[in-house]
Amino acid sequence: MKNLLILGAGTAGTMMANQLRSKLKKEQWQITIVDQYKTHYYQPGFLFLPFDIYTEEQVKKVGKKFIPKGVNYVQKKIDRIFPEENKVKLEDETISYDILIIATGSKIAPEEVEGMKGENWHKNVFDFYTYEGALALRNKLRDWQGGKMVVHLTEMPIKCPVAPLEFAFLADSYFKEKGMRDKVELTYVTPLSGAFTKEKSAETLGYLLEEKKINLEIDFAIESVDNENNKIIDYGGKEVEYDLLVTIPTNMGDDVIERSGMGDDLNFVPTDHHTLQSKEHENVFVIGDATNVPASKAGSVAHFQSETLTDNILLYIDGKPLKEEFDGHANCFIETGDNKALLIDFNYKQEPVEGTFPFSVLGPLKLLKESVFNHWGKLAFRWIYWNMLLKGIPIPFVGRNMSTKGKKL
Amino acid sequence: METQVNTLKVDRNHEGYLTDFSQWNKEVGEQIANEEKVEMTPRHWEVINWIQEQVKADKALSIRGIKKSGVLDIKEFYALFPGGPLKISTKIAGVPKPKSCI
Repeated sequence: MKNLLILGAGTAGTMMANQLRSKLKKEQWQITIVDQYKTHYYQPGFLFLPFDIYTEEQVKKVGKKFIPKGVNYVQKKIDRIFPEENKVKLEDETISYDILIIATGSKIAPEEVEGMKGENWHKNVFDFYTYEGALALRNKLRDWQGGKMVVHLTEMPIKCPVAPLEFAFLADSYFKEKGMRDKVELTYVTPLSGAFTKEKSAETLGYLLEEKKINLEIDFAIESVDNENNKIIDYGGKEVEYDLLVTIPTNMGDDVIERSGMGDDLNFVPTDHHTLQSKEHENVFVIGDATNVPASKAGSVAHFQSETLTDNILLYIDGKPLKEEFDGHANCFIETGDNKALLIDFNYKQEPVEGTFPFSVLGPLKLLKESVFNHWGKLAFRWIYWNMLLKGIPIPFVGRNMSTKGKKL
Repeated sequence: METQVNTLKVDRNHEGYLTDFSQWNKEVGEQIANEEKVEMTPRHWEVINWIQEQVKADKALSIRGIKKSGVLDIKEFYALFPGGPLKISTKIAGVPKPKSCI
């Protein structure tokens, strides 16, 4: 009996367990998946939780429900990977593997910035990338009387790079609906050279911040959070004051990657961009947010990767060359507030452009353009996630590689 | 699009960044630095080389990464490339500036 071991039962790990269990013979391959946490969160929902659009129950389920029969599900802490010995040490046992899939994701690391995780953490300095942060922020917003709200991005890369902008747009809508938009000064602070950094996006979406009266502060490389005076300070000496700071802290790979000496400075695992094989060890594969590939860290990316990776694991077992197939394909809905959303579809080489999706002319979804239909698409996605994506069911008409159909190139 | 950097013919995007790193050489870097009003010293070139190595190794460029690099501290980085040190140094280095997906 051979062992395939998956570390992490989040979006990527769960999809791999589902796809591989139906492809690998049960009498030949045992599949084990390890994750210390019992709850599986619908992370895109963390964007909606602070604004009372989703409830707690809508963004979490018991993880076990999504692990298929015939897969050994181990709920233990992972201590260390020993890739030279093909072993993984858990809190109280060691598991050997023939093939390892690392799907340990990424997490926020607010301790990387001085003062961020200080005395005001989850008091007037919030993240919304964790369930706890999003919930604490919701409770704060419910009776916040207004003032300076600063939405801040620490540094790239982050999970779901559009989420901070979406947050700012939804905040504008939320305060308008509450009849208190005039009491809130909204500012978006980014280390990048603009809110939109790609040519086509900047051209077509540049109007959004102005339309929503969101101030913009660019090239802001945060040095510290000053909890006493409620301001963020940048290395060049710039300062931005806030009453309520919503920040996206530095994102890093899991600590187990650092303990195992397998990551880069940010604990992301060096991974082949197209095969998803680890660059150091041929029987180690990496998927989702845990990789260092220059694709967006997003569930759709993990989904497209899972299709390529499933094929490549079967090829690897047969001793055949791997497919150099993954193209960085990402497909994301972007909430723009007022019940509208954008859709973007892009890959390593092709920046998001205008057009229709998934069919040319017919659409029905519009690319890089606000529409109510896109907003419904985003909301419908929660059902697709729980019922199709995690189970490894392909999304109809949306292939693993980006299609140019319908795109204005 | 093709833009002339003084006498050199290299492909650059609408913001002046090289679109093909293989066209980069020190002379190209020097002339982009001129446009950015940065006077290059050996110390500047050390930083430019380090940035190019980071990009070749698929490492994300960030101000925090500079701090951890041991190559230079952030105050010096700002002093060498005043204004937006990352966006200016990457332009001179012939590599893409740090971006988001839109």
